Amino acid sequence: MSNWSLIIYCGLITFLTRFSMIALLKKEMFNKRMREILSYVPSAIFPAIIFPAIFLDNSGDFHLENNPKIIAAIIATLIGIISKNIIATIISGLASYWFLIFVL
Amino acid sequence: MNSNLKIFFKGIIDVSPLMIPVVPFGLIFGVLSIDVGFTPLETMGMSIIIFGGASQIILLQLFTGGASSLVIISSVGAVNSRHLLYGAVVSEHLSDLKIIWKILISYFLVDQAFARSNEYFKNNRDHNKYFHLVGGGITCWVIWQTTTFLGIVLGSFIPEKLGLSFAVPLTFLALLVNDFRKLINVIVIIISGIVATFGFNYIPYKAYVIVAGLTALVFAAILTKYLKNNE
Repeated sequence: MSNWSLIIYCGLITFLTRFSMIALLKKEMFNKRMREILSYVPSAIFPAIIFPAIFLDNSGDFHLENNPKIIAAIIATLIGIISKNIIATIISGLASYWFLIFVL
Repeated sequence: MNSNLKIFFKGIIDVSPLMIPVVPFGLIFGVLSIDVGFTPLETMGMSIIIFGGASQIILLQLFTGGASSLVIISSVGAVNSRHLLYGAVVSEHLSDLKIIWKILISYFLVDQAFARSNEYFKNNRDHNKYFHLVGGGITCWVIWQTTTFLGIVLGSFIPEKLGLSFAVPLTFLALLVNDFRKLINVIVIIISGIVATFGFNYIPYKAYVIVAGLTALVFAAILTKYLKNNE
């Protein structure tokens, strides 16, 4: 599949998830329970990107010793818990990562 | 009765504070997309056609990992399943609109615009209140396209050893900051992370995002059922 087809299909599926409920929904179709479960989608999906990118190296093997990404991610998480601020979390993580690989 | 334009501007103003974190996210996307090997035109195309930060970054991540198109598209679908919720929630306020407005509003139904307009809809009875979501959505759109473009430009100057690929997990981590203090969310986060990390090499077709996501969602369903009853 060409890059452009891939982009267009991804765009279509994104649009359809946004459009389908607005266009088709009868209110009763989604009860409170279903809405509650769907609210956990970010917590269920995002870690599947986060964890492998931190704990595995480029070839997919575990990289647990002397891994600056683990330390930087822990610092970013702590800052995130304390500040609840998205930018502070990203900046603290990147800053500590750069500090670990360039300074130490 | 508020005029259309007034509600439109109210949408812009309400969503603006939420645009601050979108700026680094858009820059990172632009930089990484060029880094991964997409052309500037394809990169802008992604931001215009897909118009969804998480979807676009997952596309890049799986594309570099060599996943097949089918897996990439279904992973993007899995990430987007949260939009089903947004659509379901706002649909009751939009049910009288013409189909063309529904199409337009669906395109602009991104996380930030949804969050602000949903609050506005709950407190307003005006029949033209949907202009709020159009205003918020267009604001998100302009910021997203601008920062993508700046990222593309910056990308050609940023050296690879800066390790910017680490910005991907960091950005997603940052999007979860509001969930770190909730017990059920933390358990769901850990389950998804463990399944994805250990399944990375064993789950075929790089479908680990979907498998881990669905597994964690099943646990979310079980946990909310049993833990919330005890509260």
